[in-house]
Amino acid sequence: MPEATEELCSLDRIDRIIDRYGGQRSALIQVLLDIQKEDKWLAEESLRHVASRLNVPLPQVYQVATFYKAFSLARRGRHLITVCMGTACHVRGSPRLFDRVSQKLGVGPGKTTHDGRFSLLTVNCMGCCALGPVLAIDEDYHSNPSAADLGRILSQYE
Amino acid sequence: MERFSSPRDLDQARQSAAQSRQGRLTLSLCSGTGCLANRSRPVYEALIAELDKAGAADKVIVKRTGCHGFCERGPILVVYPQEICYLSVQPDDVAEIVAKTVLKGELVDRLLWKQAGKTFTRQSDIPFYSHQTRQVLAHNSLMDPADIDDYIGYDGYAALADVLANRTPQQVIDEIKRADLRGRGGGGFPAGVKWETTRNAADPVKYVIVNGDEGDPGAYMDRSVLEGAPHSVLEGLIIGAYAIGATAGFFYIRQEYPLALTNTLKAIEQAEARGLLGDNILGSPFSFHVKVHQGAGAFVSGESSALVSAIEGRVGEPRLKYIRQSVSGLFGKPTCLNNVETWANVPLIIRNGADWFRATGTEGSKGTKIFSLVGQVEHTGLVEVPMGTTLRQIIYDIGGGIKSGRKFKAVQTGGPSGGCIPEAHLDTPVDFDALTQLGSMMGSGGMIVMDESSCMVDVARYFVEFLKEESCGKCLPCREGIREMVTILNRITQGQGRPGDIAFLEDIAVLLSEAALCGLGTSAANPVISTLRYFRDEYEAHIHAKTCPAGVCKALIAYTIDAERCQGCGACAKQCPTKAITGEKKAAHRIDQKKCVKCGVCLDACPKKYRAVAKVSSVSVVPEAVQTA
Repeated sequence: MPEATEELCSLDRIDRIIDRYGGQRSALIQVLLDIQKEDKWLAEESLRHVASRLNVPLPQVYQVATFYKAFSLARRGRHLITVCMGTACHVRGSPRLFDRVSQKLGVGPGKTTHDGRFSLLTVNCMGCCALGPVLAIDEDYHSNPSAADLGRILSQYE
Repeated sequence: MERFSSPRDLDQARQSAAQSRQGRLTLSLCSGTGCLANRSRPVYEALIAELDKAGAADKVIVKRTGCHGFCERGPILVVYPQEICYLSVQPDDVAEIVAKTVLKGELVDRLLWKQAGKTFTRQSDIPFYSHQTRQVLAHNSLMDPADIDDYIGYDGYAALADVLANRTPQQVIDEIKRADLRGRGGGGFPAGVKWETTRNAADPVKYVIVNGDEGDPGAYMDRSVLEGAPHSVLEGLIIGAYAIGATAGFFYIRQEYPLALTNTLKAIEQAEARGLLGDNILGSPFSFHVKVHQGAGAFVSGESSALVSAIEGRVGEPRLKYIRQSVSGLFGKPTCLNNVETWANVPLIIRNGADWFRATGTEGSKGTKIFSLVGQVEHTGLVEVPMGTTLRQIIYDIGGGIKSGRKFKAVQTGGPSGGCIPEAHLDTPVDFDALTQLGSMMGSGGMIVMDESSCMVDVARYFVEFLKEESCGKCLPCREGIREMVTILNRITQGQGRPGDIAFLEDIAVLLSEAALCGLGTSAANPVISTLRYFRDEYEAHIHAKTCPAGVCKALIAYTIDAERCQGCGACAKQCPTKAITGEKKAAHRIDQKKCVKCGVCLDACPKKYRAVAKVSSVSVVPEAVQTA
């Protein structure tokens, strides 16, 4: 769904998400997660709208949006590449896997490629420890791809 | 879906589910996250297509199950009732499996496990499994987690029915107390005592919570239980709610586990449809409702007070625990929070009795424990063993020892709050108490094996760096103390270590353990303390000799090319990302150390028959002649 990243979650859609949780203030994190999932980031107008709908002060929404790692306040690429930096992956060479991916994409951690195709992220454990080092592209997992594998895998994404 | 209104309805469903699988071949394909990463989905699609083609679709049941445990050799396909276990199954293998095993009852030998000259047909005979005692994971390779009737067919919800019909809440609590079930999340607090305190709290509104915020890197026990046996956890939670007197419950699941979330939501939906959850469960007066809260990525949220804050929609910061959660927790109400694996043990204890549970384990730690056995071990995967099994048994008998014949160095247990245990203590029985005495802890069950290629200072730096990122910053000792430790450890691993750094680290460790607010801070120095205790010489080598004995710390290593061995094939130069390698074709190449980023690609690229590229442990030991020759 490449369109989803171009277009922001419209306020109507945010309203629908909030209604799913009965408009409860305690659903703040769940609402933000759903918006993040659709847009791949949280735009300022989305945060403002959530704050007013849930009747939560904007600073508190901002505090939550910056505390948790799942949220991004910057626009992200069409596909997320997440390299696992968990312990099991670390001892089996995840720093080198990360360097490999970073070099291939030409961007550092947390950054997006110029063409907007990929954002490169790290995570502290995806629970695929037995296959480490592991990376995920969106929701597809890959166990220790070589530099050549990476080129082949990345070319499958638009 | 038919709603059960009495225990008798459930019993009938159990009988019909058990009957429906009689006499039919079941192909059970592991579809946990690990096997999905190993392409288990195309295997499933090929299986369905091939069975259809052979006209055998009606004769067999194909199940996509949770994690079978032997993740390294996935995708795993087990054929029941013979229990034939095929490993590393690829879509291309499916036609042969159908033609031989399904249609003719013959084995596909090349997919069976072979070890020490023997071939193993049955899953439970493979050494990786035969040394385990699988209780919580018993049905993980048998059950379709998306089908409640499958769980019911394996006595699922029988414990709940028994409790609702025949036992008072106090009797349930007494049974759990007598079983001496201790919290599997790492704290080891007696679950029965926690239940009783929550029950006895004055407020009539009470909550129960499943802590599925498995944040320890290198651990995936809870993920696999939620993915493969979500109904066991749910049944345990409902029984707990009945005993405690709670009317509402929450699952807290970290967002990095999408499949665990999907399977849990499905389990809840099906249990509600079957009348096993919701109003008047199984026709009894007891009503109980469950919601799922997804984590948003914060390690500290696994701490109970922080987790409660997160469910309330706030940032997950811990608070002082002079008031216990069991008195004032979620929304200020008495709250009982247990880990996924703890809840999953509850139906087993009720069904089989406290004495059965107590028969396994050690004096102070009863039952089994699931571990994720990962790192530099030959057979990685998820293992369940009796409490008290030694580290050596787990790593060598089950795990098959160290990968590629290298030497064991340490095993890291207990996550970022744990420690590293050296070879001398491998015969220690693993339980809540023994590992704490060694300066580590059992924790939730992560077990990361390291060989001689791991630098223990780098490992300590890795954990402290992790904790620096994850510290919520609320209390000063944790925020500043951890940051200072990272600064020192970075200095040491970059070859800038100073005399006195070790003593400084030890001072900060004392300060953290005494002054930090929550468990994250008080245990933050454990990785440093335990590596200092057992691997002090490695710290000293970094600080004084400026070498990294394991050859890990980039600032202290260099890659060189042996001019005698190099055949000038150019494989390394082609892959070098910084063009640091030059040389004529068929003549010895050289590495420009100024351009080299020490990524190690050249070492991997050099053909095995030449072995011309070498890693040396310090720039200072690389002779000038080699560097520029």
